[in-house]
Amino acid sequence: MCLGIPGRIVEITDPANHLAKVDVSGVQRTISVRLLEKDMPEPDDWVLVHVGFAMAKIDEEEARLTLAAVAQLGSAYTDEIEAFDSSQII
Amino acid sequence: MRFVDEFRDPAAARALLATIRRLADESGEHHKFMEVCGGHTHTIYRHGIEHLLPESVELVHGPGCPVCVIPMGRVDDAVWLAEQPDVVFTCFGDMMRVPGSRGSLLDAKARGADVRFVYSPLDALKIAVDNPAKQVVFFAIGFETTAPSTAVTLVRARELGVENFSVFCNHVTIVPPIKAILDSPDLRLSGFLGPGHVSTVVGTRPYQFVPKVYGKPLVVAGFEPLDILASVAMLLTQLREGRCEVENQYSRVVAEEGNPAALSLMGQVFALRPHFEWRGLGFISQSALRLHDDFAAFDAEARFDMPGVRVADPKACQCGEVLKGVLKPWECKVFGTACTPETPIGTCMVSPEGACAAYYNFGRMHRDAAQLVGQPAR
Ligand code: SF4
Repeated sequence: MCLGIPGRIVEITDPANHLAKVDVSGVQRTISVRLLEKDMPEPDDWVLVHVGFAMAKIDEEEARLTLAAVAQLGSAYTDEIEAFDSSQII
Repeated sequence: MRFVDEFRDPAAARALLATIRRLADESGEHHKFMEVCGGHTHTIYRHGIEHLLPESVELVHGPGCPVCVIPMGRVDDAVWLAEQPDVVFTCFGDMMRVPGSRGSLLDAKARGADVRFVYSPLDALKIAVDNPAKQVVFFAIGFETTAPSTAVTLVRARELGVENFSVFCNHVTIVPPIKAILDSPDLRLSGFLGPGHVSTVVGTRPYQFVPKVYGKPLVVAGFEPLDILASVAMLLTQLREGRCEVENQYSRVVAEEGNPAALSLMGQVFALRPHFEWRGLGFISQSALRLHDDFAAFDAEARFDMPGVRVADPKACQCGEVLKGVLKPWECKVFGTACTPETPIGTCMVSPEGACAAYYNFGRMHRDAAQLVGQPAR
Protein backbone atom coordinates (compact mmCIF):
# COMPACT_ATOMS: atom_id res chain seq x y z
CA MET A 1 0.00 0.00 0.00
CA CYS A 2 3.01 2.28 0.32
CA LEU A 3 3.64 2.15 -3.37
CA GLY A 4 3.56 5.47 -5.13
CA ILE A 5 2.74 5.03 -8.80
CA PRO A 6 3.30 7.75 -11.39
CA GLY A 7 0.20 8.99 -13.15
CA ARG A 8 -0.43 11.65 -15.79
CA ILE A 9 -3.02 14.33 -15.09
CA VAL A 10 -5.70 14.17 -17.80
CA GLU A 11 -7.99 16.93 -16.60
CA ILE A 12 -8.70 18.98 -13.51
CA THR A 13 -12.33 17.92 -13.27
CA ASP A 14 -13.41 19.89 -10.18
CA PRO A 15 -11.01 22.71 -9.28
CA ALA A 16 -13.09 23.86 -6.28
CA ASN A 17 -12.80 20.43 -4.68
CA HIS A 18 -9.30 19.73 -5.99
CA LEU A 19 -10.33 16.68 -7.99
CA ALA A 20 -8.53 15.56 -11.12
CA LYS A 21 -8.74 12.72 -13.59
CA VAL A 22 -5.43 10.89 -13.79
CA ASP A 23 -4.13 8.15 -16.05
CA VAL A 24 -2.13 5.42 -14.31
CA SER A 25 -0.86 2.77 -16.72
CA GLY A 26 -3.88 3.27 -18.98
CA VAL A 27 -6.46 3.22 -16.18
CA GLN A 28 -8.23 6.56 -15.66
CA ARG A 29 -9.68 7.44 -12.27
CA THR A 30 -10.41 10.50 -10.18
CA ILE A 31 -7.89 11.48 -7.52
CA SER A 32 -7.49 14.38 -5.11
CA VAL A 33 -4.79 16.97 -5.83
CA ARG A 34 -5.47 18.88 -2.63
CA LEU A 35 -2.07 18.02 -1.17
CA LEU A 36 -0.54 19.96 -4.07
CA GLU A 37 -2.84 22.96 -3.74
CA LYS A 38 0.12 25.31 -3.36
CA ASP A 39 1.60 24.11 -6.64
CA MET A 40 -1.36 22.76 -8.59
CA PRO A 41 -0.56 20.32 -11.38
CA GLU A 42 -1.94 20.91 -14.87
CA PRO A 43 -3.06 18.51 -17.59
CA ASP A 44 -0.12 16.42 -18.85
CA ASP A 45 1.85 16.92 -15.63
CA TRP A 46 3.08 13.75 -13.94
CA VAL A 47 2.39 13.13 -10.27
CA LEU A 48 3.13 10.37 -7.79
CA VAL A 49 -0.21 8.77 -6.84
CA HIS A 50 -0.73 7.15 -3.43
CA VAL A 51 -4.12 5.94 -2.07
CA GLY A 52 -6.04 8.30 -4.34
CA PHE A 53 -3.92 11.40 -3.75
CA ALA A 54 -1.24 13.16 -5.77
CA MET A 55 1.74 13.29 -3.40
CA ALA A 56 4.36 15.10 -5.45
CA LYS A 57 4.94 16.37 -8.96
CA ILE A 58 7.58 14.49 -10.87
CA ASP A 59 9.15 15.07 -14.27
CA GLU A 60 8.25 12.96 -17.23
CA GLU A 61 11.51 11.03 -17.47
CA GLU A 62 11.42 10.19 -13.77
CA ALA A 63 7.80 9.09 -14.19
CA ARG A 64 8.57 6.75 -17.07
CA LEU A 65 11.60 5.23 -15.37
CA THR A 66 9.70 4.78 -12.10
CA LEU A 67 6.78 3.16 -13.91
CA ALA A 68 9.15 0.72 -15.59
CA ALA A 69 10.76 -0.08 -12.24
CA VAL A 70 7.44 -0.43 -10.43
CA ALA A 71 6.08 -2.67 -13.17
CA GLN A 72 8.95 -5.07 -12.44
CA LEU A 73 7.64 -5.56 -8.92
CA GLY A 74 5.11 -7.99 -10.40
CA SER A 75 2.11 -8.71 -8.20
CA ALA A 76 2.70 -5.68 -5.95
CA TYR A 77 2.23 -3.58 -9.10
CA THR A 78 -0.75 -5.42 -10.56
CA ASP A 79 -2.49 -5.43 -7.16
CA GLU A 80 -1.98 -1.68 -6.89
CA ILE A 81 -3.40 -1.05 -10.39
CA GLU A 82 -6.31 -3.35 -9.63
CA ALA A 83 -7.03 -1.45 -6.41
CA PHE A 84 -6.75 1.86 -8.27
CA ASP A 85 -9.14 0.52 -10.88
CA SER A 86 -11.69 -0.24 -8.13
CA SER A 87 -11.66 3.35 -6.89
CA GLN A 88 -15.02 5.14 -6.96
CA ILE A 89 -14.01 8.66 -5.97
CA ILE A 90 -16.06 11.23 -7.81
CA MET B 1 26.62 -10.33 -11.18
CA ARG B 2 23.68 -11.95 -12.90
CA PHE B 3 21.10 -9.81 -11.14
CA VAL B 4 22.55 -6.63 -12.55
CA ASP B 5 20.76 -7.45 -15.81
CA GLU B 6 17.47 -6.39 -14.30
CA PHE B 7 18.72 -2.94 -13.46
CA ARG B 8 17.75 -0.07 -15.60
CA ASP B 9 21.37 0.80 -16.36
CA PRO B 10 23.74 -2.12 -15.82
CA ALA B 11 26.83 0.03 -16.46
CA ALA B 12 25.82 2.49 -13.77
CA ALA B 13 25.06 -0.37 -11.39
CA ARG B 14 28.47 -1.89 -12.01
CA ALA B 15 30.20 1.44 -11.43
CA LEU B 16 28.31 1.94 -8.15
CA LEU B 17 29.13 -1.58 -7.01
CA ALA B 18 32.80 -0.98 -7.75
CA THR B 19 32.70 2.21 -5.68
CA ILE B 20 30.93 0.39 -2.84
CA ARG B 21 33.48 -2.41 -2.93
CA ARG B 22 36.42 0.00 -2.88
CA LEU B 23 35.00 2.03 0.01
CA ALA B 24 34.17 -1.13 1.95
CA ASP B 25 37.69 -2.50 1.45
CA GLU B 26 39.29 0.78 2.49
CA SER B 27 37.13 0.95 5.59
CA GLY B 28 37.95 -2.60 6.66
CA GLU B 29 35.03 -2.56 9.08
CA HIS B 30 31.71 -4.39 9.01
CA HIS B 31 28.86 -1.99 8.31
CA LYS B 32 25.19 -2.55 9.04
CA PHE B 33 22.86 -0.07 7.37
CA MET B 34 19.17 -0.13 8.20
CA GLU B 35 16.65 0.47 5.44
CA VAL B 36 13.78 1.97 7.41
CA CYS B 37 11.12 1.63 4.74
CA GLY B 38 9.33 -1.54 3.68
CA GLY B 39 9.36 -0.33 0.07
CA HIS B 40 13.15 -0.51 0.17
CA THR B 41 13.04 -3.99 1.69
CA HIS B 42 10.84 -5.09 -1.20
CA THR B 43 13.26 -3.68 -3.82
CA ILE B 44 16.28 -5.17 -2.06
CA TYR B 45 14.85 -8.69 -2.04
CA ARG B 46 13.18 -8.37 -5.42
CA HIS B 47 16.52 -7.59 -7.06
CA GLY B 48 18.81 -9.64 -4.84
CA ILE B 49 20.73 -6.50 -3.94
CA GLU B 50 22.06 -7.86 -0.67
CA HIS B 51 24.00 -10.48 -2.61
CA LEU B 52 25.64 -7.90 -4.83
CA LEU B 53 27.10 -6.02 -1.87
CA PRO B 54 30.45 -6.97 -0.37
CA GLU B 55 30.24 -9.20 2.68
CA SER B 56 31.23 -6.36 4.97
CA VAL B 57 28.17 -4.29 3.98
CA GLU B 58 24.96 -5.65 5.44
CA LEU B 59 21.45 -4.28 5.00
CA VAL B 60 19.04 -4.81 7.90
CA HIS B 61 15.32 -4.16 7.80
CA GLY B 62 13.59 -1.55 9.83
CA PRO B 63 10.14 -0.81 11.18
CA GLY B 64 8.81 1.15 8.19
CA CYS B 65 6.08 -1.19 6.95
CA PRO B 66 2.77 0.29 8.16
CA VAL B 67 0.87 -2.99 8.17
CA CYS B 68 3.65 -4.75 10.08
CA VAL B 69 3.70 -2.43 13.09
CA ILE B 70 0.00 -2.67 14.00
CA PRO B 71 -0.29 -4.63 17.25
CA MET B 72 -2.74 -7.46 17.65
CA GLY B 73 -4.99 -5.52 20.06
CA ARG B 74 -5.74 -2.90 17.40
CA VAL B 75 -6.65 -5.64 14.90
CA ASP B 76 -9.01 -7.09 17.51
CA ASP B 77 -10.56 -3.64 17.96
CA ALA B 78 -11.01 -3.43 14.20
CA VAL B 79 -12.71 -6.83 14.13
CA TRP B 80 -14.95 -5.72 17.02
CA LEU B 81 -15.91 -2.55 15.14
CA ALA B 82 -16.61 -4.53 11.97
CA GLU B 83 -19.01 -6.78 13.88
CA GLN B 84 -21.14 -3.97 15.33
CA PRO B 85 -24.68 -3.74 13.93
CA ASP B 86 -25.13 -1.57 10.83
CA VAL B 87 -21.39 -0.94 10.46
CA VAL B 88 -19.62 -1.02 7.11
CA PHE B 89 -15.94 -1.42 7.96
CA THR B 90 -13.49 -0.25 5.31
CA CYS B 91 -9.74 -0.77 5.09
CA PHE B 92 -6.81 -1.12 2.70
CA GLY B 93 -6.55 -4.59 1.15
CA ASP B 94 -3.41 -5.56 3.09
CA MET B 95 -5.13 -5.08 6.44
CA MET B 96 -7.83 -7.67 5.66
CA ARG B 97 -5.51 -10.61 6.23
CA VAL B 98 -3.67 -9.47 9.37
CA PRO B 99 -4.45 -12.02 12.06
CA GLY B 100 -6.05 -10.89 15.30
CA SER B 101 -6.73 -13.14 18.26
CA ARG B 102 -10.24 -13.83 16.90
CA GLY B 103 -9.07 -14.14 13.33
CA SER B 104 -8.63 -11.48 10.68
CA LEU B 105 -11.05 -8.99 9.16
CA LEU B 106 -11.44 -11.46 6.32
CA ASP B 107 -12.63 -14.03 8.88
CA ALA B 108 -15.04 -11.46 10.30
CA LYS B 109 -16.35 -10.92 6.77
CA ALA B 110 -16.84 -14.68 6.39
CA ARG B 111 -18.82 -14.60 9.65
CA GLY B 112 -21.14 -12.02 8.07
CA ALA B 113 -19.59 -8.65 8.90
CA ASP B 114 -19.70 -6.01 6.16
CA VAL B 115 -15.96 -5.50 5.60
CA ARG B 116 -14.92 -3.83 2.36
CA PHE B 117 -11.50 -3.09 1.02
CA VAL B 118 -10.98 0.39 -0.40
CA TYR B 119 -8.20 1.89 -2.48
CA SER B 120 -8.49 5.30 -0.85
CA PRO B 121 -10.03 6.82 2.30
CA LEU B 122 -12.06 8.95 -0.14
CA ASP B 123 -13.65 5.72 -1.38
CA ALA B 124 -14.70 4.99 2.20
CA LEU B 125 -16.25 8.45 2.44
CA LYS B 126 -18.12 7.78 -0.81
CA ILE B 127 -19.55 4.57 0.68
CA ALA B 128 -20.78 6.63 3.66
CA VAL B 129 -22.46 9.17 1.37
CA ASP B 130 -24.13 6.36 -0.58
CA ASN B 131 -25.31 4.49 2.55
CA PRO B 132 -26.77 7.06 4.94
CA ALA B 133 -28.42 4.36 7.05
CA LYS B 134 -25.07 2.70 7.80
CA GLN B 135 -22.17 3.67 10.01
CA VAL B 136 -19.07 3.63 7.78
CA VAL B 137 -15.74 3.27 9.60
CA PHE B 138 -12.34 3.63 7.91
CA PHE B 139 -9.38 1.76 9.40
CA ALA B 140 -6.66 4.38 8.97
CA ILE B 141 -3.10 3.07 9.08
CA GLY B 142 0.23 4.30 7.79
CA PHE B 143 3.03 6.76 8.37
CA GLU B 144 3.15 10.38 7.24
CA THR B 145 2.88 9.14 3.65
CA THR B 146 -0.73 8.16 4.18
CA ALA B 147 -1.85 10.34 7.11
CA PRO B 148 -2.37 13.47 4.92
CA SER B 149 -4.83 11.49 2.78
CA THR B 150 -6.88 10.67 5.87
CA ALA B 151 -6.65 14.34 6.88
CA VAL B 152 -8.03 15.57 3.54
CA THR B 153 -10.78 12.95 3.71
CA LEU B 154 -11.87 14.19 7.14
CA VAL B 155 -11.82 17.83 6.04
CA ARG B 156 -13.95 16.79 3.08
CA ALA B 157 -16.32 14.81 5.32
CA ARG B 158 -16.82 17.91 7.44
CA GLU B 159 -17.37 20.12 4.38
CA LEU B 160 -20.00 17.69 3.12
CA GLY B 161 -21.54 17.27 6.57
CA VAL B 162 -21.33 13.47 6.42
CA GLU B 163 -22.48 12.25 9.80
CA ASN B 164 -22.26 8.51 9.37
CA PHE B 165 -18.51 8.43 8.70
CA SER B 166 -15.76 7.87 11.24
CA VAL B 167 -12.07 6.95 11.29
CA PHE B 168 -10.36 4.36 13.48
CA CYS B 169 -7.07 6.19 13.58
CA ASN B 170 -3.84 4.20 13.77
CA HIS B 171 -1.49 6.58 12.01
CA VAL B 172 2.07 6.48 13.24
CA THR B 173 5.05 8.76 12.80
CA ILE B 174 8.44 7.80 11.46
CA VAL B 175 10.89 9.51 13.81
CA PRO B 176 10.06 7.82 17.19
CA PRO B 177 10.69 4.24 16.02
CA ILE B 178 14.03 5.28 14.48
CA LYS B 179 14.90 6.80 17.83
CA ALA B 180 13.72 3.67 19.67
CA ILE B 181 15.97 1.56 17.48
CA LEU B 182 18.94 3.86 18.06
CA ASP B 183 18.31 3.66 21.81
CA SER B 184 18.02 -0.12 21.81
CA PRO B 185 21.21 -1.99 22.74
CA ASP B 186 20.42 -4.89 20.38
CA LEU B 187 21.83 -3.45 17.24
CA ARG B 188 24.91 -1.55 16.23
CA LEU B 189 24.17 0.35 13.07
CA SER B 190 26.56 2.39 10.92
CA GLY B 191 23.82 4.42 9.27
CA PHE B 192 20.37 4.54 7.71
CA LEU B 193 18.73 4.50 4.33
CA GLY B 194 15.97 7.01 5.04
CA PRO B 195 12.44 6.41 3.77
CA GLY B 196 11.54 7.92 0.41
CA HIS B 197 7.81 8.55 0.25
CA VAL B 198 7.39 9.50 3.91
CA SER B 199 9.98 12.16 3.20
CA THR B 200 7.94 13.66 0.35
CA VAL B 201 5.67 14.78 3.22
CA VAL B 202 8.01 15.41 6.17
CA GLY B 203 11.08 16.49 4.18
CA THR B 204 14.61 15.78 5.34
CA ARG B 205 14.85 17.99 8.44
CA PRO B 206 13.15 15.66 10.97
CA TYR B 207 16.08 13.25 10.55
CA GLN B 208 18.71 15.76 11.68
CA PHE B 209 18.79 14.21 15.15
CA VAL B 210 20.24 11.00 13.69
CA PRO B 211 23.63 12.58 12.88
CA LYS B 212 23.41 15.33 15.51
CA VAL B 213 22.42 13.26 18.55
CA TYR B 214 23.43 9.75 17.57
CA GLY B 215 26.36 10.43 15.25
CA LYS B 216 25.05 8.26 12.38
CA PRO B 217 24.65 9.28 8.75
CA LEU B 218 21.28 9.01 7.03
CA VAL B 219 20.61 9.11 3.29
CA VAL B 220 17.02 9.53 2.07
CA ALA B 221 16.80 6.95 -0.72
CA GLY B 222 14.63 6.30 -3.77
CA PHE B 223 13.06 2.93 -4.55
CA GLU B 224 14.86 1.69 -7.59
CA PRO B 225 17.80 -0.69 -7.36
CA LEU B 226 20.19 2.03 -8.51
CA ASP B 227 18.82 4.39 -5.83
CA ILE B 228 19.62 1.82 -3.15
CA LEU B 229 23.14 1.27 -4.46
CA ALA B 230 23.77 5.00 -4.82
CA SER B 231 22.56 5.59 -1.27
CA VAL B 232 24.78 2.83 0.14
CA ALA B 233 27.72 4.43 -1.70
CA MET B 234 26.79 7.83 -0.22
CA LEU B 235 26.69 6.39 3.31
CA LEU B 236 30.09 4.73 2.86
CA THR B 237 31.50 7.96 1.41
CA GLN B 238 30.34 9.93 4.43
CA LEU B 239 31.92 7.41 6.78
CA ARG B 240 35.11 7.43 4.72
CA GLU B 241 35.32 11.23 4.78
CA GLY B 242 34.47 11.41 8.46
CA ARG B 243 31.25 13.28 7.69
CA CYS B 244 27.95 12.56 9.35
CA GLU B 245 24.94 14.22 7.77
CA VAL B 246 21.46 13.85 6.39
CA GLU B 247 21.76 13.62 2.61
CA ASN B 248 19.01 13.38 0.02
CA GLN B 249 19.63 10.90 -2.75
CA TYR B 250 15.95 11.11 -3.81
CA SER B 251 15.93 14.87 -4.42
CA ARG B 252 14.14 14.37 -7.73
CA VAL B 253 11.01 13.64 -5.69
CA VAL B 254 11.74 14.69 -2.10
CA ALA B 255 12.01 18.41 -1.31
CA GLU B 256 14.01 19.37 1.75
CA GLU B 257 11.01 21.07 3.34
CA GLY B 258 8.65 18.23 2.43
CA ASN B 259 5.07 19.07 1.52
CA PRO B 260 3.95 22.09 3.62
CA ALA B 261 0.30 21.78 2.53
CA ALA B 262 0.20 18.16 3.72
CA LEU B 263 1.94 19.01 6.99
CA SER B 264 -0.45 21.84 7.77
CA LEU B 265 -3.50 19.68 7.01
CA MET B 266 -2.13 17.01 9.33
CA GLY B 267 -1.64 19.66 12.00
CA GLN B 268 -5.30 20.66 11.73
CA VAL B 269 -6.75 17.17 11.82
CA PHE B 270 -4.46 15.17 14.12
CA ALA B 271 -2.93 15.47 17.57
CA LEU B 272 -0.10 13.39 19.02
CA ARG B 273 -1.05 10.50 21.29
CA PRO B 274 0.97 10.37 24.49
CA HIS B 275 1.98 6.81 23.66
CA PHE B 276 1.06 4.03 21.26
CA GLU B 277 1.80 0.35 21.11
CA TRP B 278 3.86 -0.96 18.19
CA ARG B 279 3.99 -4.59 17.24
CA GLY B 280 7.10 -6.12 18.76
CA LEU B 281 8.49 -2.74 19.82
CA GLY B 282 6.16 -2.11 22.75
CA PHE B 283 4.85 1.32 23.72
CA ILE B 284 6.64 4.27 22.17
CA SER B 285 5.78 7.73 23.46
CA GLN B 286 4.46 10.41 21.10
CA SER B 287 4.72 8.01 18.19
CA ALA B 288 1.17 8.03 16.84
CA LEU B 289 -1.70 10.30 15.90
CA ARG B 290 -5.26 10.55 17.11
CA LEU B 291 -7.96 12.84 15.75
CA HIS B 292 -7.77 16.41 16.98
CA ASP B 293 -10.61 17.45 19.30
CA ASP B 294 -12.05 19.57 16.46
CA PHE B 295 -12.65 16.34 14.58
CA ALA B 296 -13.84 14.29 17.58
CA ALA B 297 -17.21 13.79 15.88
CA PHE B 298 -15.44 11.61 13.30
CA ASP B 299 -13.41 9.60 15.80
CA ALA B 300 -14.49 5.94 15.86
CA GLU B 301 -12.82 5.52 19.24
CA ALA B 302 -15.20 8.16 20.65
CA ARG B 303 -18.27 7.13 18.67
CA PHE B 304 -18.15 3.44 19.61
CA ASP B 305 -17.66 1.99 23.04
CA MET B 306 -14.62 0.00 21.98
CA PRO B 307 -13.17 -2.63 24.28
CA GLY B 308 -9.60 -1.50 23.50
CA VAL B 309 -8.02 -4.51 25.14
CA ARG B 310 -4.30 -5.04 24.95
CA VAL B 311 -3.42 -8.44 23.55
CA ALA B 312 0.04 -9.98 23.62
CA ASP B 313 1.49 -10.84 20.21
CA PRO B 314 1.41 -14.56 19.40
CA LYS B 315 4.23 -16.45 21.12
CA ALA B 316 5.64 -18.01 17.99
CA CYS B 317 5.86 -14.64 16.30
CA GLN B 318 9.22 -12.93 16.16
CA CYS B 319 8.08 -9.94 14.13
CA GLY B 320 9.46 -7.59 16.79
CA GLU B 321 12.97 -8.87 16.21
CA VAL B 322 12.48 -8.69 12.44
CA LEU B 323 11.15 -5.11 12.68
CA LYS B 324 14.17 -4.08 14.73
CA GLY B 325 16.53 -5.71 12.24
CA VAL B 326 17.83 -8.09 14.91
CA LEU B 327 16.58 -11.22 13.13
CA LYS B 328 16.53 -11.96 9.42
CA PRO B 329 13.12 -13.29 8.30
CA TRP B 330 14.39 -16.82 7.70
CA GLU B 331 15.75 -16.96 11.23
CA CYS B 332 12.23 -16.87 12.70
CA LYS B 333 11.29 -20.36 13.84
CA VAL B 334 7.97 -20.44 12.01
CA PHE B 335 9.14 -18.73 8.80
CA GLY B 336 7.95 -20.55 5.70
CA THR B 337 6.52 -23.46 7.71
CA ALA B 338 3.67 -22.37 9.98
CA CYS B 339 3.92 -18.78 8.76
CA THR B 340 3.46 -18.16 5.03
CA PRO B 341 1.72 -15.42 3.02
CA GLU B 342 -1.34 -17.73 2.76
CA THR B 343 -1.45 -18.43 6.50
CA PRO B 344 0.40 -15.56 8.18
CA ILE B 345 1.07 -15.70 11.90
CA GLY B 346 2.78 -12.34 12.11
CA THR B 347 2.21 -9.08 10.30
CA CYS B 348 5.54 -9.08 8.43
CA MET B 349 4.24 -11.95 6.28
CA VAL B 350 1.10 -10.10 5.17
CA SER B 351 2.03 -6.94 3.35
CA PRO B 352 4.29 -7.14 0.27
CA GLU B 353 6.40 -4.53 2.06
CA GLY B 354 6.86 -6.79 5.08
CA ALA B 355 10.35 -8.25 5.30
CA CYS B 356 9.07 -11.82 5.72
CA ALA B 357 6.69 -11.65 2.76
CA ALA B 358 9.31 -9.97 0.55
CA TYR B 359 11.89 -12.56 1.52
CA TYR B 360 9.39 -15.42 1.11
CA ASN B 361 8.46 -14.26 -2.38
CA PHE B 362 11.86 -13.33 -3.75
CA GLY B 363 14.66 -13.72 -1.27
CA ARG B 364 15.03 -17.44 -1.14
CA MET B 365 15.41 -17.64 -4.89
CA HIS B 366 18.25 -15.14 -4.83
CA ARG B 367 19.82 -16.70 -1.78
CA ASP B 368 19.87 -20.12 -3.43
CA ALA B 369 21.23 -18.58 -6.60
CA ALA B 370 23.91 -16.73 -4.65
CA GLN B 371 24.96 -19.95 -2.97
CA LEU B 372 25.11 -21.64 -6.37
CA VAL B 373 27.46 -19.02 -7.73
CA GLY B 374 29.57 -19.36 -4.62
CA GLN B 375 28.68 -16.21 -2.75
CA PRO B 376 28.08 -16.68 0.95
CA ALA B 377 24.47 -16.33 1.96
CA ARG B 378 23.82 -13.73 4.58
S1 SF4 C 1 7.95 -15.52 9.85
FE1 SF4 C 1 5.90 -14.87 10.48
S2 SF4 C 1 5.90 -14.93 12.70
FE2 SF4 C 1 8.06 -15.02 12.05
S3 SF4 C 1 8.72 -12.88 12.09
FE3 SF4 C 1 7.98 -13.28 10.02
S4 SF4 C 1 5.80 -12.68 10.01
FE4 SF4 C 1 6.48 -12.84 12.17
